[in-house]
Amino acid sequence: METIQKNDSEASSNESWQPKIVAFLCNWCSYAGADLAGVSRIQYPPNIRIIRVPCSGRVNPLFIIKTLQYGADGVLVSGCHPGDCHYISGNLIARRRFALLKKFLEYIGVEPGRLNFSWISAAEGEKFSKVVSEVVEKVKALGPATRLVKE
Amino acid sequence: MTEAEQSMRKTARKLLEEKKVAMIIGYEKGTLPLRTTPCFISDTKEVDRLVWNATCANNLAKYIIDSKGKVGIIAKGCDARSIVTCIVEKQIDRENVFIIGLPCAGIIDRKKIETELDEQEILEAKINDDHIILKGENFERQFAVKSIIDDSCLSCKYRNPPIYDVLVGEKVPDSMGDDKFISASRNESKSDEERWELFTKELNKCIRCYACKNVCPLCYCNECFVDQNMPTWLGKTDNPSDTMVYHIIRILHTAGRCVDCGTCSRACPMGINLRALTQKMVKLVKELYGFDAGLSIEDVPPLATFKQDDPQEFIQ
Repeated sequence: METIQKNDSEASSNESWQPKIVAFLCNWCSYAGADLAGVSRIQYPPNIRIIRVPCSGRVNPLFIIKTLQYGADGVLVSGCHPGDCHYISGNLIARRRFALLKKFLEYIGVEPGRLNFSWISAAEGEKFSKVVSEVVEKVKALGPATRLVKE
Repeated sequence: MTEAEQSMRKTARKLLEEKKVAMIIGYEKGTLPLRTTPCFISDTKEVDRLVWNATCANNLAKYIIDSKGKVGIIAKGCDARSIVTCIVEKQIDRENVFIIGLPCAGIIDRKKIETELDEQEILEAKINDDHIILKGENFERQFAVKSIIDDSCLSCKYRNPPIYDVLVGEKVPDSMGDDKFISASRNESKSDEERWELFTKELNKCIRCYACKNVCPLCYCNECFVDQNMPTWLGKTDNPSDTMVYHIIRILHTAGRCVDCGTCSRACPMGINLRALTQKMVKLVKELYGFDAGLSIEDVPPLATFKQDDPQEFIQ
């Protein structure tokens, strides 16, 4: 696991600083949604790096924390809408896990905007573009991640 | 010897004699004053080694998973709840454990005493019912047991074991009336920055000795994620970031299972207030899913199930 390449140390003062956001997208809905955004030529910020996972239920909280530890400025996890999961209930099990993870990280002081979750179906290319734009805006406002980052 | 201790030994002896259990897991006197250590008795002649007092701090449920055959176990409220968690998670069979329940009025927090005594060495300790006499080289002090009870016991709502096969001793009142989630609530009102500062300051003390996971009855995985090396989830050094990740993940792993027994906090040689973190997880599970761990063997672990209307306001 290599450290995601960081920009200059003065990144925050540098206006050209662009956040790096890792997106875990489920194979059946959100990844297809991203694909639809692509083939429909819907514009969205190029700050996200997509990791395709079989299901949002595959995302171990450890993945998310490791992502922050190794230099991502924000994380997005996206899966099928409740009821649409290819594996029936993977996303519902994941929902509980993510709720606890998010609230716990907020409790220890990690900025809430770093962790983002969404439900995006394969038909929601527009929504995908909107969510990514919002996440990028949120993380840009927070500046480069400093908490939990491994030096 | 207190009455409870006497009847505990009697019960243990009877169980071993009647061959109802192959072994009793309990506490014996430690080598230092104010300490007890877990012990495993399978011979009736050794039953008198068993002790029961306010220094029986370990959570004995830790030892039940590795035991073979039917075992008897001495259980305070928190131990019994951890045993329930082990049964719910199918680590042990209910039929294979005989729970000797002991109502517990609270465990002594050695750190509180050490602070009071200015770290002077205690050479002799004598515990009576409600007070404790400590002798050292040139001091003799007396404390009321109530004043030196561990924080986790002060706010404990389950002093009487929720399940048991036999209950030894008198039941005790369940609550001291304190806010169950006081440490967590205290931190919640602070800002992000303050909480982060508190978290880093607290965890900077950590030397990664893993005492917290080694005493925790929930940490029974054959291979812990900290030991895995394909892939290596976690660096092996005391890098602050790795230390934080270790604690965050350990606490996430206790979600919906932790009974807030405080054993990790008591085991920490660096005095990290781990309960301020673990308690938050207990509180979250209670608030979000209305679940209290370790009360019934019919429970389903909250992270192994879901409801259609689980809160999801944080999901876009």
